[in-house]
Amino acid sequence: MTTPRTSAKISGLGHSMKRKEDPRFLRGRGNYVDDIQLPGMLHMDIVRSPFAHAKINSIDSTRAMKIPGVLAVITGETLAKYNLHWMPTLMSDTQMVLPTDRVMYQAQEVAAVIATDRYIAADAVEAIEVDYDPLEPVIDAKKAMDPGAPVLRTDKPGKKDNHIFHWEAGDRERTEQAFRDADVVVSQEMYIPRIHVASIETCGCVADFDRVNGKLTVYMTTQAPHAIRTVFALVAGHVGLSEERIRIISPDIGGGFGGKVPVYPGYVIAVAASVVIGKPVKWVEDRMENLQADSFARDYHMKAEMAAKKDGTMTALRIKTLADHGYADAAANPSKYPAGLFSICTGSYDLPTAFTEVDAVYTNKPPGGVAYRCSFRVTEAVHAVERITDVLAQELKMDPAALRMKNFIPVEKFPYRSATGWIYDSGNYPAALELAMETIGYAALRVEQKEKRARGELMGIGISSFTEIVGAGPSKDFDILGIKMFDSCELRVHPTGKVIARFGTKSQGQGHETTYAQIVAEELGIPAEFIQVEEGDTDTAPYGLGTYASRSTPTAGAAGAMAARKIRDKAKKIAAHLLECAEGDLEWEPGVFSVKGAPQRKKTIQEIAFAAYTNHPQGMEAGLEAVSYYDPPNLTFPFGSYICVVDIDRGTGMVKIRRFLAVDDCGTIINPMIVDGQIHGGLSMGMAPALMEEISYDESGNIQGGSFMDYLVPTSMETPSWETAKTITPSPHHPFGAKGVGESATVGAPPAIVNAVVDALAHLGVRHVEIPITPERLWNILREKGVAE
Amino acid sequence: MSRHSIKIDVNGTVHAAEVDSRLLLVHFLRETLRLTGTHIGCETSHCGACTVLLDGLPTKSCTVLAVQADQCAVRTVEGMEVNGALNAVQEGFWEKHGLQCGFCTPGMMITACALLEENHRPSELEIREAISGNLCRCTGYVNIVKAIQYAAEKQG
Repeated sequence: MTTPRTSAKISGLGHSMKRKEDPRFLRGRGNYVDDIQLPGMLHMDIVRSPFAHAKINSIDSTRAMKIPGVLAVITGETLAKYNLHWMPTLMSDTQMVLPTDRVMYQAQEVAAVIATDRYIAADAVEAIEVDYDPLEPVIDAKKAMDPGAPVLRTDKPGKKDNHIFHWEAGDRERTEQAFRDADVVVSQEMYIPRIHVASIETCGCVADFDRVNGKLTVYMTTQAPHAIRTVFALVAGHVGLSEERIRIISPDIGGGFGGKVPVYPGYVIAVAASVVIGKPVKWVEDRMENLQADSFARDYHMKAEMAAKKDGTMTALRIKTLADHGYADAAANPSKYPAGLFSICTGSYDLPTAFTEVDAVYTNKPPGGVAYRCSFRVTEAVHAVERITDVLAQELKMDPAALRMKNFIPVEKFPYRSATGWIYDSGNYPAALELAMETIGYAALRVEQKEKRARGELMGIGISSFTEIVGAGPSKDFDILGIKMFDSCELRVHPTGKVIARFGTKSQGQGHETTYAQIVAEELGIPAEFIQVEEGDTDTAPYGLGTYASRSTPTAGAAGAMAARKIRDKAKKIAAHLLECAEGDLEWEPGVFSVKGAPQRKKTIQEIAFAAYTNHPQGMEAGLEAVSYYDPPNLTFPFGSYICVVDIDRGTGMVKIRRFLAVDDCGTIINPMIVDGQIHGGLSMGMAPALMEEISYDESGNIQGGSFMDYLVPTSMETPSWETAKTITPSPHHPFGAKGVGESATVGAPPAIVNAVVDALAHLGVRHVEIPITPERLWNILREKGVAE
Repeated sequence: MSRHSIKIDVNGTVHAAEVDSRLLLVHFLRETLRLTGTHIGCETSHCGACTVLLDGLPTKSCTVLAVQADQCAVRTVEGMEVNGALNAVQEGFWEKHGLQCGFCTPGMMITACALLEENHRPSELEIREAISGNLCRCTGYVNIVKAIQYAAEKQG
């Protein structure tokens, strides 16, 4: 770890500063959406479909409307009068706000009740009678394109099948040739199941339309408040909502992980209700609604193939994927990337050629395709390449670490152009794997494994050497609904040298109030404790695309540094004026300009700030403020090597993660304590889908993981005590070399765990295990192999 | 719906109220008393965000009726500070980065307080068992365990 350049008092980069946002959370004084209670506020609750696919014959709200305290029942017919019953998705598809004739998934919104009290609203939901005729659903994505499959999107004129898009990257012909020429070819089908972010705070909003001023304020669980404001203006412009009179406030957010990027129907209905009734309306979904109806993640059926020479040199990679998007393509990807950044699938390896294609289909499931704490579809890509690498190692009887070392992109090849066209900014993959192997004692673990295997004990060691792609992104390629994916910072230095810093992103626990303050502190030498960071209010913060895909540090963090540098440039002019010298005679150390060769002649940043308002040079504008809209020149490519050690109980099929070491390289580190916290959390959300979490459906489309009774989020008992270590390879294009870290571990951990489990069973002829590796699934494999106890 | 007169001691102050029989304790705390530090994450007793001490025992207030807490003493996160200063558990969570989004934190800290009142020197496994009814999605629990160990040492 490098030594920080600033003192602990300033707490710039590299200091494990305690978080500035914590005092309010520790006292129970956070301010989350459900904590907001406005005068006259009404409550909304939602009637949901019991069927995956059904025709709606009628919705009878007579009984509900008789309940004292019920003010309105809103249906698709109500919204259709304002042409608000459909809305666009982030992928320019369409989805229903409320249906007028048909439901497309179980738990879909059917009608909404507005009442004076949340209990009364719930009573009314029970009293609404909906008459349905069930229709044949499409549940299995693999059957969605069958000739006889029901066509789901009959609302789209001319649509004759359930295909959404075909997307491909890489060189098909060259890759096929490489497969024909290969000494060895391995192939493995793998399914990355549908999962849910399940942030502990569910989604919700308080919509407050002020009829007198025509202003709509929405307190909302959103990771991207500015983009949401624009979407609202575009969707509801025709009913009189104008963007300058829409204010989105994203208060404290209880975890996001991608699940709070989309616009859900509940938000839109609450807004419509507030506009029509003229009172504040609160909607907060419960956990079952959250798991059953909000955007899912993953759901990729993949076939990965790798070609290689006999000596283990990888020559080509090919991956074919079928993506289940539910009944609408409501993924949260940049516009030009319908399968996200899946083409990062060549990973950390110097592959001469690769080809990958994704076909997406409609099914009768909730729409989505959000992140689950990963950059766009990167977890799926990493799973495919890290798994198929181990399959190749097994085929060649090579040590998986040695196979990786042999094929890593050499350090001298950076910046490196991948076979699918990405320019990796920087990397040192051998260093990360070497550090991981040395720290965990890889050689000794292999000896132990051999001894245990001789005794019939099942122990496995799994490696994952992943490369991520984050920080979207450069405006030439990256936009959401046409809005370029820059991000922003506005800095104001007050006369006494204290700062307010506003950003276009929105923390959901990442600690921006601390890390952004540290970035500005590093650049200006003003103590981080005196830098107040604000985000999430579209009336005050500069426009930005929000926080997801590990983009905050690469984009808004960079904007913070660039805005601070503009301020430093002006401060230098003021210092030269105050010290009566030329700018060129000044040198900077954190917080002080001094005259070269005469260090006693100096001005602190605080003195300069005061002068900016009291004694600024003639001809210069007063004040000390700056704005930066930062458009990154490239994405960033964090990486790491993870090693997982598992013991498998032959009696129960239970996987015990005995040790898990994560070596991460996220470039320059802002706050080591916070980085480790992000890694710990990411590892847990990597372990969860590897071992526990899945949302599946029965043949009728009934959800099987729709509550915390069935959807198993890891507790402290299943979660191991994660070990971490770092290498530091700065990004050459980021203003201070940072790459982003929030999601690396979620992306890198699952294949390390699966590789460890397969490694434990490799001598029994097991080559792959699907996730989640539940005790039942594993015990059945053990039984099949004759080793179950 | 019948109404009930209840008296509940919350963080040392007795609150008398008339409530519906079906009002949940968590809604009584959050919406009647406006003590919003106690959170709701699942309404089914799984996540623990709503954990409070009910007569000293950690209890999920999303599945307790306010009338069941009549004549009881409730302690919430708002009652954790001692003379205006963070108590040892709160301090530990700050020092050891035991929280990220902060949503599970009040319930987690309340559970930790109850553990440390019973067991002054819990092992890591005892800590993990104690908080196993409180879900956290952000931290991976590592620093929560360290925070509680910090508090145990501090309390001596």
